[in-house]
Amino acid sequence: MHPAKSVIFFTTASGAGYGLGFWLILLSLTGLAPQTPLLGWAGFSLAFVLVTAGLLASTFHLGHPERAWRALSQWRTSWLSREGVAAVATYIPVGLYGAGWVFGADLSQPFWQTVGGLGAALCVITVFCTAMIYASLKPVHAWRSAVTPAAYLALAWATGAVVLTVLVRLDAGLADMRAAVDTIALFGIALSTVIKRVHWFRVTKTHGTGSAESATGLGDLGKVTLLEAPHTEANYLLKEMGFSIARQHAAALWRAAFIAGVILPFALIAVAGAMPSSLGLVLTALAALSAAIGVVVERWLFFAQAKHSVTLYYGADRA
Amino acid sequence: MAVTRQDPDGRGQVQVDTAPIVSDEVKTTTCYMCACRCGVKVHLKDGAVRYIEGNPDHPVNQGVLCAKGSAGVMQQNSPAKLRKPLLRTGERGAGQFKEIEWGEALALAADWLTEIRGRDPSKLAFFTGRDQSQSFTGWWAAQFGTPNFAAHGGFCSVNMAAAGLYTIGGSFWEFGEPDWDHTRYFMMFGVAEDHDSNPIKMGLGRMKTKGQAKFVSVNPVKTGYSAIADEWIGLRPGTDGLFVMALIHELLRAEKVDWDFLVRYTNAHWLVVDAPGDPDHGLFARNALGDPLCWDVRNGEGALRSALIPETKPRLVGAATLEDGRRAIPAFELMARRYLDPRYAPDAVAETIGIEARTIKRLAAELAEAAFESDLELDIEWTDWAGRKHDSFIGRPVSMHAMRGISAHSNGFHTCRAIHLLQMLLGSIDAPGGFRSKPPFPRPCPPGPKPAGQTVKPNTPIAGMPLGFPQGPEDLLVDEAGAPKRVDKAYSWDFPIAAHGLMHMVIHNAWSADPYPVDLLFLYMANMSWNSSMNAAGVMHYLTDKHPDGSYKIPKIIYSDAYHSEMVPYADLVLPDTTYLERWDCISLLDRPICSAHGPADAIRQPVLTPDRDVRPFQDVLLDLGARIGLPGLTRDDGSPKFPGGYSDYIVNHQRGPGVGPLAGWRGVDGDSHGKGTVNPDQLDRYIENGCFWSDSFTPAQSYYKHGNREYLDYAHKMGFIPAADQIVMQIYSEHLQKFRLAAQGHGDRQPPDHLRQRIESYFDPLPIWYTPFEEEAVDEESFPLHAVTQRPMHMYHSWGSQNAWLRQITARNRLFIHPSVAEELGVIEDDWVWIVSHHGRVKAQVKPMAGVNPHTTWTWNAIGKRKGAWGLAPDAPEATKGFLLNHVISELLPPKSDGQRYSNSDPVTGQAAWYDLRVRLEKCAEDGPGETEPTFDMLPPLAEAPKPAGFDAERSLLRYGESLTGAPSGRSAAEHREWIGNRHEYAQGDAGVQDGQGNRLREEDAS
Amino acid sequence: MTALPARELATKLGLVIDLDICVGCHACAVNCKEWNAGGHSAPLTDSDPYGADPSGVWFNRIHTFEVETEAGDSRTVHFPKSCLHCDDAPCVTVCPTGASYKRVEDGIVLVNADTCIGCKLCSWACPYGAREYDEDAGVMKKCTLCIDKIYNETLPVESRVPACVSTCPAGARSFGDLGDPNSDVSKIVAARGGYDLMPEQGCKPVNKYLPPRPRKHDPDGEGLSPVEADQAGLLARWVDRLFTR
Ligand SMILES: Nc1nc2c(c(=O)[nH]1)N[C@H]1C(S)=C(S)[C@@H](COP(=O)(O)OP(=O)(O)OC[C@H]3O[C@@H](n4cnc5c(=O)[nH]c(N)nc54)[C@H](O)[C@@H]3O)O[C@H]1N2
Ligand SMILES: Nc1nc2c(c(=O)[nH]1)N[C@H]1C(S)=C(S)[C@@H](COP(=O)(O)OP(=O)(O)OC[C@H]3O[C@@H](n4cnc5c(=O)[nH]c(N)nc54)[C@H](O)[C@@H]3O)O[C@H]1N2
Ligand code: SF4
Ligand code: SF4
Ligand code: SF4
Ligand code: SF4
Ligand code: SF4
Ligand SMILES: [Mo]
Repeated sequence: MHPAKSVIFFTTASGAGYGLGFWLILLSLTGLAPQTPLLGWAGFSLAFVLVTAGLLASTFHLGHPERAWRALSQWRTSWLSREGVAAVATYIPVGLYGAGWVFGADLSQPFWQTVGGLGAALCVITVFCTAMIYASLKPVHAWRSAVTPAAYLALAWATGAVVLTVLVRLDAGLADMRAAVDTIALFGIALSTVIKRVHWFRVTKTHGTGSAESATGLGDLGKVTLLEAPHTEANYLLKEMGFSIARQHAAALWRAAFIAGVILPFALIAVAGAMPSSLGLVLTALAALSAAIGVVVERWLFFAQAKHSVTLYYGADRA
Repeated sequence: MAVTRQDPDGRGQVQVDTAPIVSDEVKTTTCYMCACRCGVKVHLKDGAVRYIEGNPDHPVNQGVLCAKGSAGVMQQNSPAKLRKPLLRTGERGAGQFKEIEWGEALALAADWLTEIRGRDPSKLAFFTGRDQSQSFTGWWAAQFGTPNFAAHGGFCSVNMAAAGLYTIGGSFWEFGEPDWDHTRYFMMFGVAEDHDSNPIKMGLGRMKTKGQAKFVSVNPVKTGYSAIADEWIGLRPGTDGLFVMALIHELLRAEKVDWDFLVRYTNAHWLVVDAPGDPDHGLFARNALGDPLCWDVRNGEGALRSALIPETKPRLVGAATLEDGRRAIPAFELMARRYLDPRYAPDAVAETIGIEARTIKRLAAELAEAAFESDLELDIEWTDWAGRKHDSFIGRPVSMHAMRGISAHSNGFHTCRAIHLLQMLLGSIDAPGGFRSKPPFPRPCPPGPKPAGQTVKPNTPIAGMPLGFPQGPEDLLVDEAGAPKRVDKAYSWDFPIAAHGLMHMVIHNAWSADPYPVDLLFLYMANMSWNSSMNAAGVMHYLTDKHPDGSYKIPKIIYSDAYHSEMVPYADLVLPDTTYLERWDCISLLDRPICSAHGPADAIRQPVLTPDRDVRPFQDVLLDLGARIGLPGLTRDDGSPKFPGGYSDYIVNHQRGPGVGPLAGWRGVDGDSHGKGTVNPDQLDRYIENGCFWSDSFTPAQSYYKHGNREYLDYAHKMGFIPAADQIVMQIYSEHLQKFRLAAQGHGDRQPPDHLRQRIESYFDPLPIWYTPFEEEAVDEESFPLHAVTQRPMHMYHSWGSQNAWLRQITARNRLFIHPSVAEELGVIEDDWVWIVSHHGRVKAQVKPMAGVNPHTTWTWNAIGKRKGAWGLAPDAPEATKGFLLNHVISELLPPKSDGQRYSNSDPVTGQAAWYDLRVRLEKCAEDGPGETEPTFDMLPPLAEAPKPAGFDAERSLLRYGESLTGAPSGRSAAEHREWIGNRHEYAQGDAGVQDGQGNRLREEDAS
Repeated sequence: MTALPARELATKLGLVIDLDICVGCHACAVNCKEWNAGGHSAPLTDSDPYGADPSGVWFNRIHTFEVETEAGDSRTVHFPKSCLHCDDAPCVTVCPTGASYKRVEDGIVLVNADTCIGCKLCSWACPYGAREYDEDAGVMKKCTLCIDKIYNETLPVESRVPACVSTCPAGARSFGDLGDPNSDVSKIVAARGGYDLMPEQGCKPVNKYLPPRPRKHDPDGEGLSPVEADQAGLLARWVDRLFTR
């Protein structure tokens, strides 16, 4: 599948934003996060910026961004629509909770606890919906699996938490929660690594049940190969769904994603935990930067390595 | 994920306008996107073409339309359309022109022409491409007085035309067709597309749906038609003749021949003088009246009698003694002796052709079974040529069709004759289920007239039409010394039966002044500096080469094209033509007709659009020029133009002979006579009312055995198809060929020059022969181990499809298809670049391995490669960077013989260009990376102020054709949907239970 | 209208394509382009039409495959493909706007160009590659089954069928109601063993493909038996034969 920049940016940025929002609320609800205005301002604004920039970016690849609102209408059937609805809905409780936080409401009140719980849940649901857009696509074997939502959720967890490791180093008053946040981030990274490993296996070692034979229905006659494509130059289908990347190239990028997205952030955060806050800030900031690069590469690969069944009509024998 | 469903009534579903008003007006005309000439209905909206569809009533296409025809919209919308007459300003070939007015252009051309005509008319070489007005352009040339006229047939399919016309009085090409509805066995030789484009597809579809025939495709490549064949015979190119002779060998040995057919309809029983050394050796023994003789054993005792009379019982084997005591042998025996020879046994030929002997044997058995064991008999009463009544037509349901895979070889004439011989032995010519001639064929073998141009005098027409059919050395156009009188050497000892001329040699010969130079080369719709020439680079050189004094070797060149082709820059004066939708045309029975085996037909084109440029129909221009230079047939006595109304005036008012004009329909003052009749001033209106065509149907009794069918022969004579209503006797043994051979052996007063004696003697064999194609013979197998051929893409017409925004999206580049074993040996994979190297040069291409190709054969799509700057395409278009032209490695000359002589790369009998004799080797290109084809040539300057295609947004390079053509609602509600069953009628005959009819019309509707 | 019709549709219009006689001529693809360029989804924009990278919106495309048996026998099959108007059309259910819908009347799957946001998701959801994005218009387009032709009373009867169908020179395309087991198209599908593409995708396509028929080809067939051993024998045999003209 063609890795569109806007979609890569959207899914990674909003994933991190929802992850961040989720952890802020969860840590607050569990009393692990002190209600400091700085954390509230920095955390919620960053989450909003990430999510909003992502959502805006996602409209860039639309043919008619001005009609984007229409995408909210088909939530009964369409995961994309559900995602839109969930994304919009998430703003309300998360925004409210953030406001409560920074304006000093008593967040332990049941009302705020409900709002927070709803907000955290919607963060999860939105990321889940995003993932389901892909996971529901039967023609794309690489995506059509529980691994896809698991990976999206784990990566949102990890990236949100990594961002939070930076934020909790902005203020001495947050020192107490650093260990918890670091642990969450490290866990998230580890979990994502395991899930992506499964994804890697799925992408490289398995394929859909479809074949050039089933696509053409000519399997009874023998082995099917493409002699001539309908057009000698690339058409929309090939440009959009026929994107392919060489095996070695992909393996190199996986390594890059692993180093930038896993090894470096993991090591940096682990080390940062033992460092004084100023150095820790630098280290976690580097971790976040590295994770961002890693997850963008990961997301690029998520698309680039996914094969669409239409390629079976264009020379692929498996997809 | 569960599927979610919507409200059962579809409430809230958007309403679609199911009945928009499609067009303001629908006009019928005839397609010109290829030479098939289908009937079309053109939907016009706001003066633009909204939709072109097949005319369901038209006899050629019955409503279907091919990809090219459907893309006519984009041909009309081409950015490569010429706008105005052009006069060369820079060096020839550089493409620098200034636009001039028509008055100036015509005056200039008329000056040039007048001067030449007054001096030596043969110094005008007027050659036209796939001209659909040849009877007019040829007549114009004759009026001018030059013998140097021909159309494209010489590089196209003259082998098929000549072999057929000298053998069975008809031919493959588009002059005959299989009896699709009755055939049980169809063998197709070397056809990728053919001129009969849609009818072949329709026929194959019907035949296969009906399911009673086996379809065998003989072709080194398995695509297109071959892909749907039941059996593919992927033989080695150029070996079909041997293959067919092996089939004949098998049939003869098993006595599977149609004796009755042979004695009734062929010259099998005619006696051939057997007196080696005598001047009439090998000619037919004749009586005083000139009738051929046979040995008639009717009364027990044998006697010599005219072979033409019906009441004989002629012997087919056994020598007879002539009155003068010499021996004579029936033609059949000569033929049988030849092909019974063990060298034609399947085992002897299998290796050469690359097909197993047992396959050949089996195919012979299958042919015999299909021909002779079928119970096909049509219960139709008919009368034979001798007036005898028959209750039925006996079927011989084996049909054959062959085209350029046979034609484009230097042994193609004989190979085609061999196929016709096979058909005759099976009795399957014009028999039910066999190959059927389309009117005006069959004609006598060969048909009259002979080529004109023996004498050429200033300001004088030549004595007939330039192209014709020589019957012996006396008809050749050669001077005392035996030198050619025509610049292309047609009808000379080089190519005695060059019935279509040799367009592919004209430029070479004019340049080399061999046999003589010309003053003016006048070309019409042939892309001679590119895809229609062999050795394109050489041709560009010939067109631009100069004498030491700086003058061009070809002094003047006029060219008419409608588009900015590669040929345009080589003209001094360019006469821009209209498109086919903007002019009158005439598809005449005097020309290449559009008839079917069911009856004659002809057609017109009417202008359905008005040109938006300063262009004129070429036929109008030719009439105008003819009048300006005072050609007799084109001017009245007072010197005024005879057809002031242009081509439509000519179409209606010109008469070739009494009552014979370009169009056969609605002749006579009242428009009620067809075929012959006086001029009808309203004729074109009648055509338009009828959908721009006229057609007639044979009665069932006229429909078969037309060469020997009294009712048909009378009809054909009445219609003017044949000079007399006599039986047409097919020629197994060709005396005409023997006449040339005798001359070569030293007989008669017209003999070939010594250097050609051997050649004439070898190749003018009266019975079909097979020999290794010339190029294969001339180069060594090790250096050039592979054959290279081209195929026509069904959706592209030669070079002119690439300017078409839709068609070029299908094929914008071509690759060289090779067998996987070749790929492996070479170490290349898909899309690697290779050099294709021939004895003549090399061209660079990308490869594509495929299984369905003869392992010794490579091939590519024809004419996709383009020169940078031509056809309104961007210089970096794939056509110019990746697409390649195989013509760069095909030479018009064969490698030198031991004596240094270089013969033309053509069939020695007909002069047919031998495109498919090409032998190559492949060399892997060193570099990898994207690569670009070579050779490339200087980029041509684009047209000044090229027309802007409608809907084209040049800035963003987007074409939104149709945006402004959507229809307004008619307010009508949705009609019932109508089923359409492809080949419904054939399905209805099977057991699927489908109702009878055609397409979406059921039988009852047809009736009502 | 993103939901699929709630009940099994009574009428399911669709195409039947006969791979046994398709010669790969591209007529159906070009005629489709021609009709639809000015039709319901007009225009079918072409980009770089005269340049280096020409591509455009086509509702129907012709592929060519080679099919090889293990014994090395190959067969070339031309394979036209357009929207299959699936019963369970995933392109419809994924659409976030309702622009994509399946008509209740006849099962035709269409896109409403006025509400499509051009998210391309439907083209990802279609396993067959039957959706065509018009970059310039910013909306998804696709085979309309010639909805503005098949019901159009302003056209003569024989034109009231999809453009690709009436134009096909080989007669390889049929059109009709595949929801009605008694329709003629259904009958030929039954008779010829018409099948679905990619059944594993579960889209239940309405369009059917008729498989190439078994070849009429018996490689073990016998040759002819000579009636005499040699040429001399044959000629001797024929000398005395009587033939009547
Ligand atoms: N390698 C190889 N070469 C071949 C062949 C092959 O099989 N292989 N085939 C050969 C054969 S059989 C043929 S017939 C030739 C064909 O070769 P050409 O006759 O050169 O065919 P086209 O490329 O169609 O070129 C005809 C010219 O006519 C122009 N034209 C089109 N419409 C009109 C019109 O309405 N009016 C005028 N005045 N001009 C028009 C086009 O713009 C073009 O320049 O190619 C030959 N060359
Ligand atoms: N779409 C389209 N239609 C056209 C044209 C076009 O350009 N495009 N051109 C028109 C013209 S001018 C012509 S002349 C006709 C020609 O129409 P065709 O006769 O169909 O011409 P080609 O495409 O040259 O096909 C020649 C076939 O012969 C095969 N072949 C080559 N060598 C041999 C051999 O030695 N033996 C056998 N058995 N087969 C062999 C090739 O593989 C190829 O399939 O088409 C006309 N119709
Ligand atoms: S075969 Fe095609 S291009 Fe040729 S005349 Fe017919 S419709 Fe036109
Ligand atoms: S028009 Fe008919 S024969 Fe031609 S490609 Fe389409 S389906 Fe095949
Ligand atoms: S073929 Fe594709 S576009 Fe057509 S209905 Fe089925 S899923 Fe939708
Ligand atoms: S591109 Fe248009 S039709 Fe397709 S899913 Fe998006 S909104 Fe729906
Ligand atoms: S039904 Fe109409 S829109 Fe669909 S492929 Fe055929 S011609 Fe094109
Ligand atoms: Mo030709």
